[in-house]
Amino acid sequence: MRQTFVDTTTALLAEDPRTALVLADISAAAFAPAATRHPDRVLNVGIREQLMVGVAGGLALTGLRPIVHSYAPFLVERAYEQVKLDLDHQDVTAVLVSVGASYDRAAAGRTHLSPADVSLIDTLHDWTVHVPGHPDEVPALLRAVVAGDGSAYVRLSTLQNDRPLGGDGTLAAVRDAGPGAPLLVAVGPVRDAALAAVADLPVTVAYTHRPRPFDVAGLRALAGTDVILVEPYLAGTSSRVVSAALADRPHRLLALGVGREDLRRYGSSEDHTRWHGLDAAGLHRSVSRFLGSRREAALPV
Amino acid sequence: MTTTTATTIPPASARSAPPGIVPAPPGTVAVPEPVAAALERVRAGREFGANVYSTVDVLWVLYDRILRITPDTTDDPDRDRFLLSKGHAVAGYYAVLAAKGFVPGAWLDDQGGPGSRLGDHPDRTLVPGVEIGSGSLGHGLGLGVGTALGLRAQGRLTPRVYVLLGDAELDEGSNHEAIAYAGASGLPNLTAVVVDNHSATHGWPGGLAARFEVNGWSAATVDGRDHEALHHALTGHDNHRPHVVVAVVDPGE
Repeated sequence: MRQTFVDTTTALLAEDPRTALVLADISAAAFAPAATRHPDRVLNVGIREQLMVGVAGGLALTGLRPIVHSYAPFLVERAYEQVKLDLDHQDVTAVLVSVGASYDRAAAGRTHLSPADVSLIDTLHDWTVHVPGHPDEVPALLRAVVAGDGSAYVRLSTLQNDRPLGGDGTLAAVRDAGPGAPLLVAVGPVRDAALAAVADLPVTVAYTHRPRPFDVAGLRALAGTDVILVEPYLAGTSSRVVSAALADRPHRLLALGVGREDLRRYGSSEDHTRWHGLDAAGLHRSVSRFLGSRREAALPV
Repeated sequence: MTTTTATTIPPASARSAPPGIVPAPPGTVAVPEPVAAALERVRAGREFGANVYSTVDVLWVLYDRILRITPDTTDDPDRDRFLLSKGHAVAGYYAVLAAKGFVPGAWLDDQGGPGSRLGDHPDRTLVPGVEIGSGSLGHGLGLGVGTALGLRAQGRLTPRVYVLLGDAELDEGSNHEAIAYAGASGLPNLTAVVVDNHSATHGWPGGLAARFEVNGWSAATVDGRDHEALHHALTGHDNHRPHVVVAVVDPGE
């Protein structure tokens, strides 16, 4: 996904003189050709993430459309106050694009993990969040948010599904178990594992690469009583949205995702997927327990 | 150029200072005459710290003699930008904006009140002529660097970006990210103005200007109450690198 981001952004810089890119060393080499062609609009501030976002705010104040890029923990967590104040509070916008996701760099340890990034962005007002599940989904959604006027966070990962599923981010049913069936919403790269997990269960599966704004209308159309969220970042990040969307209906919600605990383990991203129960086997266990508990609760005692 | 006369205002020490307010030093505190009435209107009988009065001079020199901006050009892309980074220095800021016609004098009444557009920190979306919302220290210089870069990227070589900071504000590390990068990139259209009232808890051994100069900035250190010296320093940039003016005022001012 990072390469598609680099290619698309390099093209956008050439196509639209309003576009600017702000870096803090990460991916600077990949953008060297673009920097040579547009030295005034490709700005690498060095390892200075506060300045990276502050500069983006200043660029936006002059009418440019900044794209800001680094590893997720440095872009969102380290520079959170700049995101809050230098963009939102100034009433200007930018497109933030991260790599690293929750645990792409698992062997690098906790400092490079960022499961809380979407939750942090979700504390802000009116942001679009894209979590693509395949590199081929990146160009269209990146072009759309850069062409827009709002702020957006695009969360790239080395984890992906086998096939892209484009669209504008509205919930797309990829498996239909019929009316009233439990609904599993898979966000971004967890789709394949989720589909495999419920292969033998009567569960409808819907996919989105755009958790914000969450497709509330699509959720209401697809959801019965039971809703399962599977998100590749902090578990429960979208619980409030689902709860609000279904506030007028009795419903149950199971929110799966990355745990809060610092596991203090290295290994691979696949290891972390398994440890957080987000592989097919782990998801199957959680979903079965959730659906089973409903059935057990319904049994006469 | 406007000839500036000074009106004397009773020193804060002559009035009863509430707890937590540092009274002004003995003697009188001079405020540029055109601003005095507006500042009194903002004050509305409250007690101002001496730092309010010490910042008025540099604000007045900027708006009266330096900045190419008027109430009619607040949206002109080629206007000079003034970014108040030390957002707590609002009293003099609002007074100067009112004196120059950016905001109606009536807005000065009830500053900070529930219906006021003028908070204890400024909000750019609420006040004409205010370029950034500030308050949390250490944000203005980064925004100023970005603004200067954005202007340059669009071929707007006329406007200049001025950022006002305080010596204690420079404690925030974000400023040093901006100082290093602005110097390294030779940003020619940026001026930082640091009002130095020696309030940084651990001081700046070797002087404030040195922090900028070592990063490639040109620097001038002047008496922050001397309008001619301020004007000279504020026009002392060489258009090849960023410029800093350290405006020294009495400790506690």
